[in-house]
Amino acid sequence: MIEEIKALKVRPQPKTVVRKHVIVVKVQHNVGVLSRITSLFAGRGYNIESLTVGKTHEPNIARITIIVNGDERVVEQIVKQLRKLIETLKVRDITDIPHIERELALIKIHTADSDTRDEIMRLVDIFRAKVVDVAKDSYTVEITGKQDKIDAFINLVKPFGIKDVSRTGVLAVVRESAQEKIKE
Amino acid sequence: MPKKRGADIVVDVLIEEKVDTIFGLPGGAIMEVYDALFNAPFRNILTRHELAACHMADGYARASGKVGVVMATSGPGATNLVTGLATAYMDSVPLVAITGQVPTHYNAFQEADVTGITRPVTKHNFLVTDIKDLALILREAFYIARTGRPGPVLVDIPKDITQQVYDYKMPTIKDVENALPGYKPHYEGNIAQIKKAAKLIRQAKRPVLYVGGGAVASEAQEELVKLAEIAKIPVTTTLMGKGAFPEDHPLALHMLGMHGTYYANMAVYNADLLIAVGARFDDRVTGKIDEFAPEAKIIHIDIDPASISKTITVDVPIVGDVKKVLQKLVKEVEKKPIEWEEARESWLKLIEKWKIEHPLTYDKKSKIIKPEYVIEEIYNITKGEAIITAGVGQHQMWAAMFYKYKFPRQFINSGGLGTMGFGFPSAVGAKIARPDKEVIAIEGDGSFLMNIQDIATAVQYRIPVKVAILNNEFLGMVRQWQELFYDSRYSSVCLSVQPDFVKLAESFGAVGLRATKPSEVRKVLEEAMSINDRPVIMDFAVDREENVLPMVPAGKSYREMILHPGEKGEAETMYLVG
Ligand SMILES: Cc1ncc(C[n+]2csc(CCOP(=O)(O)OP(=O)(O)O)c2C)c(N)n1
Ligand SMILES: [Mg+2]
Repeated sequence: MIEEIKALKVRPQPKTVVRKHVIVVKVQHNVGVLSRITSLFAGRGYNIESLTVGKTHEPNIARITIIVNGDERVVEQIVKQLRKLIETLKVRDITDIPHIERELALIKIHTADSDTRDEIMRLVDIFRAKVVDVAKDSYTVEITGKQDKIDAFINLVKPFGIKDVSRTGVLAVVRESAQEKIKE
Repeated sequence: MPKKRGADIVVDVLIEEKVDTIFGLPGGAIMEVYDALFNAPFRNILTRHELAACHMADGYARASGKVGVVMATSGPGATNLVTGLATAYMDSVPLVAITGQVPTHYNAFQEADVTGITRPVTKHNFLVTDIKDLALILREAFYIARTGRPGPVLVDIPKDITQQVYDYKMPTIKDVENALPGYKPHYEGNIAQIKKAAKLIRQAKRPVLYVGGGAVASEAQEELVKLAEIAKIPVTTTLMGKGAFPEDHPLALHMLGMHGTYYANMAVYNADLLIAVGARFDDRVTGKIDEFAPEAKIIHIDIDPASISKTITVDVPIVGDVKKVLQKLVKEVEKKPIEWEEARESWLKLIEKWKIEHPLTYDKKSKIIKPEYVIEEIYNITKGEAIITAGVGQHQMWAAMFYKYKFPRQFINSGGLGTMGFGFPSAVGAKIARPDKEVIAIEGDGSFLMNIQDIATAVQYRIPVKVAILNNEFLGMVRQWQELFYDSRYSSVCLSVQPDFVKLAESFGAVGLRATKPSEVRKVLEEAMSINDRPVIMDFAVDREENVLPMVPAGKSYREMILHPGEKGEAETMYLVG
């Protein structure tokens, strides 16, 4: 039996959901590997918010943490492409897995007078930061924490005048409890 | 092992990899390697352009399934490869490109960051920085090129490394695998997913198989035919999937998509289950994405996890080698009977009706040569057994539509990148790989000129390829779009100033033939087929403004298909078969 139908059907399209993603990648630390990774993002018009690279305890293996703002599906696609790179050993989008994020920043702040110095010291105390260099008219503060904590600190000291900021970018590791759960 | 020059190590690895032919053109930075090639026990084809060499290696690889090898010097030699590498990359063709680089730590003549330039158009690439790594890297290159989803790999070797001597040992495959700890292609396919797919196949009323280049690469024709036959599923192929399923089979729907047949597109549009096999849901296939097979559940079998759910979310993804997965899938499907036997019968009847009402067609009474007619005659004279390559444009589409392909690797064209100039050199490469087969390049007058210089190569090595130019004195495909979508404003598409292709062929030492009337077509083809010691170039003066139809305009739904003027009816209806 063949029956003609008039109603037009369409294939439902997924919605775009843009949010911050945390991606961790383990790679063979060869020449050019970073460029392969970053070009996957650039090729889709995505700006990497932060990227950190460091050696691991294993020889010639580096660990990379990437923070990027992007649409769920596009990021999923990038993660698949990352996995496809010959030199990647492991790729994970850990955004929705319990994990620890840390960033370190060195912030050089103007110290016009003793009132400012006191105020800065108070903030340094509250944020559990450290003054690591003192000059005639500036303090250099070292602070570690999650990205938003550092953002908050920078906002608070902005009125005094910031001379320079250097941030490491975010490092992330999955919480061991979550790791075990995934293994099960 | 005795001490060897880097250049000799390169040759040793090529021998170890059982390479029988390489293509290329030398220069300063790769001279040492060419010196070592002087005594090499395999064929070394000197081309007239590095891009042609790359396309030849590509045609060789596509025709044989083996890795193609191309060589070029630094700077301009290497940059000339870029289009060829991108062409191979888009169509997943296994190539190894070896480029000479200026000596390490120089600011030298003909220097270019070749690994940087080619990174986005290769599956992987290497810059050799130490002669100790040379042999291993070259073997890794071959391994990466041919495994998983195949693709081109480039190895850039500085001149000083080709000149140094080193006491080396040939790395084993084990060494190669150890050097690539993160590279583990998936071949087998998840059995739970395969069972799920089998169940959907048994439950479907209006299933369609949608088959792409992955099925050609994995040479899965037997498995595909088996699945189609036991489950009574009609099969449509993409441009790249041509030959994966025999087109003279009653279940063949031929090509789908932009220039697909009416019956293939209507079948996909009305399907309730789409089984995508080694295909990637290219926009030329899907048209408007939210109206592509709007009723269908989708099973997607592909070796590359990154191509699954890329543009369309699929219901059952299966990552694995097409051939291996299909073998298991056939077994699973066979375990129980198909559920809707009757519905399946009505479905096939409906498709049969579409086939009868809307066959591919053209004006067969024309007094001017119709390009479609030339292809049909080529099909007849070669009994459907020739390997066909194509340039890019209208002639490529006619070559795809009017020649019925029977076996995998029979139709070779630049489907992904759409590289004009690909047809002729790829035919030379294919003929070298398959000397037992007639190899014919279907070319456009525009496309052919883009690698015309390499007629000299085909003459020099006595490669008896045939070229059939469908000469419309236009960049025809662009002209067609201007006619249909830009109010016939023919901007920069007229090619009426062109060489006399017959004299041009003769000046190279090839044979040139021409047909200007339909009655001459057969004669020209017969004469061409009788020549077997030189390339033959046939110039067919075809109807200048013939259009490729049917056509789904870019980004439109299948419902909006433009039919051939000779056809009746509309494409708008949707059916429910139950
Ligand atoms: C290198 C390159 N440049 C431009 C294009 C765009 N393009 C696609 S088809 C076509 C016309 C090709 O003309 P011809 O080879 O004569 O083939 P016809 O369409 O006339 O059969 C052009 C210019 C392309 N695909 N490749
Ligand atoms: Mg033309």
